[in-house]
Amino acid sequence: METSKEVQEKAKPKPDPRDKLFKSEGKPLLLSSSPHLYTRDSVPKIMWTVVITLIPAVAMAFYYFGTPAIIMIVACIIAAIISEVIMNKIKGESITLGDGSAAITGLLLALTLPPSFPVSGGILGSVFAIVFGKQVFGGLGYNIFNPALLGRAFLQASFPVAMTTWTYPQTAKYAAVDVVTTATPLGLYKFEKILTNIGDLLIGNIGGCLGETSALAVLLGGIFLLIKKYADWRIPFSYLTTVFIIAGIFWLVDPASYADPLFHLFAGGLMLGAFYMATDMVSSPITPLGAWIFGSGAGVFLMVIRLFGGVPEGVMYSILLMNAFTPIINRYTRPRFFGEVRA
Amino acid sequence: MRLPTFKKGIHPDDSKAFTNKKPIEYLPLPDEVFIPLQQHIGVVGEPVVEKDQEVKTGQVIGKSEKYVSSPIHASVTGKVKAIDKFQHPLGMKVTMIHIERSGDDVWEILPIIKDWQNTPIDELLNRIWHAGIVGLGGAAFPTHVKLAPPKEKKINTFILNGVECEPYLTADHRAMLEMGEKILTGMSIIMRVLGTENGYIGIENNKPDAITAMRELTAKHNSALKVVPLEVKYPQGAEKMLIEAILKRKVPTGGLPMDVGTVVNNVGTAMAVADAILEGKPLTQRIVTVTGEGIKEPKNVMARIGTPFKNLIEFCGGLEDDAVQLYMGGPMMGFAQYSLDVPIVKATSGIVCSKDNSVTEMRTYPCIQCGSCVSVCPMNLLPTRIASLAEMSKWAEAEDFGIMNCIECGSCGYICPSHIPLVQWIRVGKLRVSELKRKQVA
Repeated sequence: METSKEVQEKAKPKPDPRDKLFKSEGKPLLLSSSPHLYTRDSVPKIMWTVVITLIPAVAMAFYYFGTPAIIMIVACIIAAIISEVIMNKIKGESITLGDGSAAITGLLLALTLPPSFPVSGGILGSVFAIVFGKQVFGGLGYNIFNPALLGRAFLQASFPVAMTTWTYPQTAKYAAVDVVTTATPLGLYKFEKILTNIGDLLIGNIGGCLGETSALAVLLGGIFLLIKKYADWRIPFSYLTTVFIIAGIFWLVDPASYADPLFHLFAGGLMLGAFYMATDMVSSPITPLGAWIFGSGAGVFLMVIRLFGGVPEGVMYSILLMNAFTPIINRYTRPRFFGEVRA
Repeated sequence: MRLPTFKKGIHPDDSKAFTNKKPIEYLPLPDEVFIPLQQHIGVVGEPVVEKDQEVKTGQVIGKSEKYVSSPIHASVTGKVKAIDKFQHPLGMKVTMIHIERSGDDVWEILPIIKDWQNTPIDELLNRIWHAGIVGLGGAAFPTHVKLAPPKEKKINTFILNGVECEPYLTADHRAMLEMGEKILTGMSIIMRVLGTENGYIGIENNKPDAITAMRELTAKHNSALKVVPLEVKYPQGAEKMLIEAILKRKVPTGGLPMDVGTVVNNVGTAMAVADAILEGKPLTQRIVTVTGEGIKEPKNVMARIGTPFKNLIEFCGGLEDDAVQLYMGGPMMGFAQYSLDVPIVKATSGIVCSKDNSVTEMRTYPCIQCGSCVSVCPMNLLPTRIASLAEMSKWAEAEDFGIMNCIECGSCGYICPSHIPLVQWIRVGKLRVSELKRKQVA
């Protein structure tokens, strides 16, 4: 026995599946070319992850240098963001803040500044980094140099004294106490042959930039980036290895005049440079062989500057120099095609 | 121990759970079928039937005398209603034979070859040709051509492709579970034709039941055949990748598997070969996985070639209300459809439909040179470079960077965090480069 409901159901015309798409829902089937499947990774996700991994370094900066460190970091980020928006407006394009790259530039720049550096100077550097380091080239993806490092190079050239005046870290608790100037471990060694012990280098109980005092904090975030594959491991690996080998050779030959390789690894801004600056995707090579060349090239430049240059530190210049080589490295390191036999 | 695989590639979610436990169901015969004359790579045949003519299932309705071609057979018994241009699932309008089914399913079969072990190889090849068998993995290259390489190319290895690396699809998986004997027979016939004793069956490790089933069958019938479990990775089902994974041989640039003494065939193709030889049945049906979030009851369906998509979709409960995109094939290389009137063809391995929440319009960011595409490209190309060269119409330079080596697997587009349409640009580039090459020759 059929109930009236069943009869009704039967009487209804069989729905054409297309009706749902074309009529009742009012939506046609979407057309697009394959692939129809995508990863959940995106440029903003990568950029904001980089920001998050820098939190340990920021925390150490606060611990050692107190509120002024945070003021500097916040000021640099805000300056970078404002410059980015203004440049977007001038160029008549949509606001690109969402990609997070401007915030990174501001943050990284702040981490490379001495604790006593005036905040106004930091803001100036940040504006320079975004405007001349990135936006004049066409914005994200088109810059040749790492914007934060370019901003720092600009500050180094403009304010050489302030950029090399270091204060001895004080835990945040004693931030009010008079600041004592000191030198960085690299400076101490270069000019006075005083070797800082590795333990202090690791935890950051030394003079230096906001973000470079604690090698350990930077390493923590950096390793996370490598695990997430948001940074090419070949670059920090080859960079650090080259530094270790060159420093090691000199140290073995003449331990009295040259510092040991571990000191070179953990002193100065090498960790920050190797994990956060050199691995900047935009300004480093895309080919695997290119990454090896880039990292080891930077290592050679760094050691030449540290051992024979007039300044104690060279991470910034070594990376900027290799940035300039990136296009040509990309060109000559095309991977062998699958099954390609080269004559 | 790590399972063998090829270098690079990607790990998308395989989404096979919709259908991998569902036995193959036979679709009720459709009232009408639309059979395209072109369902393969090569010369398109001419219709050999006329309007209003009565045809039987398995009867030849279109063919060409050219060697690189494949005949087309009626897939139902009935009357030719029209020979006209209809919409093909690959997007163009092509000549199809429209048959209206009438009454019983009467087969016109080819003579059965029971004793295939002792039949001349030419006769077997001839049968594979006349049964209209083409590669069922998706490329649809005529199988009789593939199985008869030039004399100077010595074939020493055959690989049966049971990888099914495209997410969602489970047609080959179910076939291996339910029709393993037939597949193995087909494989043995193919190996006899090729004159090789060296056979491998490559299956990804996400189909442990299929691996066990095939191992039991090979132990029973021919223990020389090696079942090779592979690490799950896309695009392992691509011939060159599969050969690399199993044999560690690299097909040279621009070359074919036969250049490294190997032939690869899909499990579906092997099954069709067995059908053609032992039952005399030409290729008139195939297994299609109808699946995805947008399908009410995902199933593995055995359907006649030429059945409109809508019949299969209705058989699977219809579309969900918020279905937004439907494509033929898997999500990595499938073709999006706007009409459900298109027929399934020999190369239709699946119909996948996705819902609102899985389809998103993504914002494209500039290339940040992250190199992700470089790190996944199985052909070892620089996808971002080639795509931008194609975008700038620099065809010669794109060719120097190996654009023609691209197998369009879509791994680069999948991984790109900037969501740049890399494969799409590369496809444009490949088309232009080959056009220019043809002009140069002409």
